[in-house]
Order: sequence, then C-alpha cells, then structure tokens
Amino acid sequence: MSNGAETVLQFKGRMITVTILRLLAPGPEAVAAALDERFRDAPGLLSGLPTVLDLEALGEAPSGLDLKALQDLLRARGVPLIGLRDSGEAVRRLAAVGGLPVLKLDGGREVPRQESGSAARTASQAPTGSSQTLVVTQPVRSGQQVYARGGDLVLTAAVSAGAEVLADGHIHAYGPLRGRAMAGVVGDTGARIFCRRLDCEMVAIAGRYRLSEQITDAEREGPVQVRLEGDSLVIERL
Amino acid sequence: MAKIVVVTSGKGGVGKTTTSAAISTGLARAGHRTAVVDFDVGLRNLDLIMGVERRVVYDFVNVINGDANLKQTLIRDKRVDGLYILPASQTRDKDALTTEGVERVLNELSEDFDYIICDSPAGIERGALMAAYFADEAIVVTNPEVSSVRDSDRILGILSSKTRHAEQGNGPIPGRLLLTRYSPERVARGEMLSVEDVQEILAVDLLGVIPESRAVLNASNAGTPVILDEDSDAGQAYADAAARFLGEEREHRFLDVPRKGLFGRLFGS
Ligand SMILES: Nc1ncnc2c1ncn2[C@@H]1O[C@H](COP(=O)(O)OP(=O)(O)OP(=O)(O)O)[C@@H](O)[C@H]1O
Ligand SMILES: [Mg+2]
Repeated sequence: MSNGAETVLQFKGRMITVTILRLLAPGPEAVAAALDERFRDAPGLLSGLPTVLDLEALGEAPSGLDLKALQDLLRARGVPLIGLRDSGEAVRRLAAVGGLPVLKLDGGREVPRQESGSAARTASQAPTGSSQTLVVTQPVRSGQQVYARGGDLVLTAAVSAGAEVLADGHIHAYGPLRGRAMAGVVGDTGARIFCRRLDCEMVAIAGRYRLSEQITDAEREGPVQVRLEGDSLVIERL
Repeated sequence: MAKIVVVTSGKGGVGKTTTSAAISTGLARAGHRTAVVDFDVGLRNLDLIMGVERRVVYDFVNVINGDANLKQTLIRDKRVDGLYILPASQTRDKDALTTEGVERVLNELSEDFDYIICDSPAGIERGALMAAYFADEAIVVTNPEVSSVRDSDRILGILSSKTRHAEQGNGPIPGRLLLTRYSPERVARGEMLSVEDVQEILAVDLLGVIPESRAVLNASNAGTPVILDEDSDAGQAYADAAARFLGEEREHRFLDVPRKGLFGRLFGS
C-alpha cells in the first residue's frame, strides 16, 4: 500500500444553510447601526450562522466598499462571513483583494430571515426562565424560521412545510413537523430531534441530513427520535 | 372606530375580490356602516364586481395625493344602505400607496364607519403588505389545493409579524379561513383537499366554505355581489360567513356531494 493522498485527506461534500446578508447601503457605520437595531429585536438572529454577503443591490459601488471594515464589524457581532455572493466583476475583484471566496448561489431557495426575527420578539418565544430553551407556542409557517441559539427548541404548534426550525441543541416538536428541522447546527453531534411524527421535508443533525424522499413511510410513523450514530442519521421509534 | 379587516390570500385568483364584495355587502345589510377598499392598484376589479365601474370619478390614489377628498371619492352603493366603495386607480403604479397616505385615509374612514374591508392584491409584495398593515383582523381566502394552502400559510406567517398590531407588541392579528371554490365531488374523487385537510394544515378558525358555483360568475357579470343572490348556494354560504363574522353560530353547509342527503353530513352537525 502506498502512502497516498487518501491516508492524509478525505474529501466529502455536504450542504449547509447559509444566511445571505444583502447590503443596501455601502457605509459601514450605517450597516453597523442597522445590524445592532436588528439584533436588539432578535438577538441571535445571525450569530454563528455562516453568512454570505450579497452586494448586488449596490451596483457599481462595491469597488469603493470598505470590505475590511465590514468584516470586522460582522466578526465583532459574532457573524461569521464566509464569502461574497458572485454578482459580477466588481464583486469578484473586491473578493480577490480581501482574500474571500466568491460563491455562486443561484438555483437555491431563499427564506426571508427577518420574519422570524420579528416573530422571535413575541413573549411566547422568549427563553423560559434562565435556561437557554426556546419555547415556541405559535405555529411556524411557510417562509418563517426559528432558531434556538445556544439551547433547545420546544415547539408546541405546527411547523409548516416551507418553514425552518433550528437549534444549537435538541428540537422537541409536539405539533406536526412538516418543514425543515435542524438540530446541533453549530456542530453538537449529540443533539437530537424528537417528534410525534416525522413529516419533515428535511431533518439534519450537526450538518448530516436526510431529505423527505430518503425517509421511509415506516420511519415516519411516530413518536420518533432522530440522532447521530457515528456519521449516519438514525431514525428510531420511541 | 372602525374595525379594519384585510381579505388576503397570497395566491392570485382565489376569490378575494368576490369575498370582499360579498362580506362587505353582508355586513352593511346587517346594519353596519361598511367601506370596502380596493388595494389592487393598477388592476381595479372591485368596482366591476360591485357594479359601480361607471360611477368611478376619483380613486384611492387621488385621495392619498390630495387631489380629491373622501366624500367626493367614495361611491355609495344603491342597493344596500351604509355600504361604500373606495375604488383603486387603474392607471397609477403600486408605489402610489404610501404607508402615511394609507394610514391617513384609513383613519379618516375609521371615524365614519364600523367596518373597513381591505381587498388585497395577490402576492406578498408591497401592495399586499400595505393592505394588511393596518388591519385588526384577517380573512384568509384559500382554494382547496396545495399551492393555495401553502401561500395562505405563508401569508398567515407574515400577518403574525408584519402588521401595526404586531409591531406594537400586541401579537398576531386574528385570522380566519374562508375556503372558496369548494367542490365536494372533486374532494370525493381525491382531486382536491378536504376542509379537514386544509384546517389541519393551517390550524386557524374556519369562517366559512364557499362552494364552486356558477352563481359567482353570473353575479360578477351582472355587477351584483353574489351574497345578494339569495337563492344560490354561494350566496347563502357567503351570508352564513358574514353572519359568523358578526359572531353568530351557523352550521357549515355545502360540504357534501349533493343528493347524498341525510347521510352526507360530514361536518358541524
Ligand atoms: N365560489 C366560486 N365559484 C366559482 N367561481 C369563483 C368562485 N369564487 C371566485 N370565482 C371566480 O374566480 C375568479 C377570481 O375571483 P376573484 O377576482 O374574486 O379572485 P381574487 O383573489 O380577487 O383575484 P386577484 O388575485 O386577481 O385579485 C373569478 O373569475 C371569479 O368569478
Ligand atoms: Mg382581486
């Protein structure tokens, strides 16, 4: 056996959810102020979620944009910037200078994040007591997203198809779970998803996912839990 | 102070304008002063369905721009007392509806009316958001098919945060479901979702179920809100819905394949 590349490296493909931050004005001060205002309403909205900057709305302005300042102010707010959305030559130049990758993001599905931001403000979704658990009693509807940062997510109403629920910890769903459910989103491989019936469009734990079509009818019948065993997702009846 | 009600759906062509005309007529007929406002700027339709298209002089955008006052612009319905129509503009673009302008007009209407029914344009863009923003309550119009239900779900989510009511920290506005173009035969054949299916997905109160009916097309051709066609199934179903809207309890009708008669009652009995 030769000491080939495969003993040193392994290549694997994986899909991740990214936040796209669309910049509508170039000034770092204005961006910082707007972000702070957003975070006041919805703390943790973007924290820890890989974020791609979209500068398309700025037209030709990107060349004059202070990317370094933007990167710094995002980092200071816990938002990891992983690249720029490829929207033309000016952006590619800017990325090259700043040492950031450009990402083609066409063909994906976009889910507005700000709606969950305002939803996260309602009293029913406030973290309970001093624990990090987020309890959501309102339905999470198509196009909405709820993220329990730093803890578990408890859902007592339905999660619709086209909705997205995320938690750094476990997800407990007591109503129908029809959307996308992602537990352990910052890498906790011990996170689990518990539900009464697995009707999800997608389930994921720490980035390992299964799509609806990869879930058998028998596996859907609940109550079930989803957990990681090594590198594979296990769906089992409770 | 008027109660402001948005009639919305997400998906287009599901029956919002038909519903706005019928419900506003039903409320006025029950003795409540009601204004029905067409928010579908550029595609005005409500005036046709209400049969007042030849009496439009000024429109919503004129009032917002100060070219005309409400008194000059509101069209009084000749059939039902206390019912007024605020038509949309055919020619302007949607940006003419500014938040401040809409608020001013709704405030002024509020002083004089019990109910303001806002007929929303389709979609989830600015026009639809504007129609919903000042609402106290929503009627979500849905057809029994997957794409319409999905869009209604989406609209319900948006309504939970994007209204003045929600932004002031008062939580989501109450929303009720009006399932229209319901065809029990097609449900029985499995071609359409049933009332139960739709309710299970959307999980909101059911205001009514309006059957698929020729009477709706006839009524709109005649420029008469279908609720005034009291012999028709759709007219009666809208009358029930308007009564429920006002707090009356009424059994849901027209849910079964006709002629199954006594045994067919699936619901509400
Ligand atoms: N119960 C019904 N039975 C049969 N046809 C109906 C029914 N309700 C609505 N329609 C028909 O569906 C079409 C669309 O109705 P309407 O204009 O009220 O929908 P809308 O939601 O306001 O549309 P838009 O999104 O374009 O504003 C019309 O042709 C109308 O006659
Ligand atoms: Mg319409």
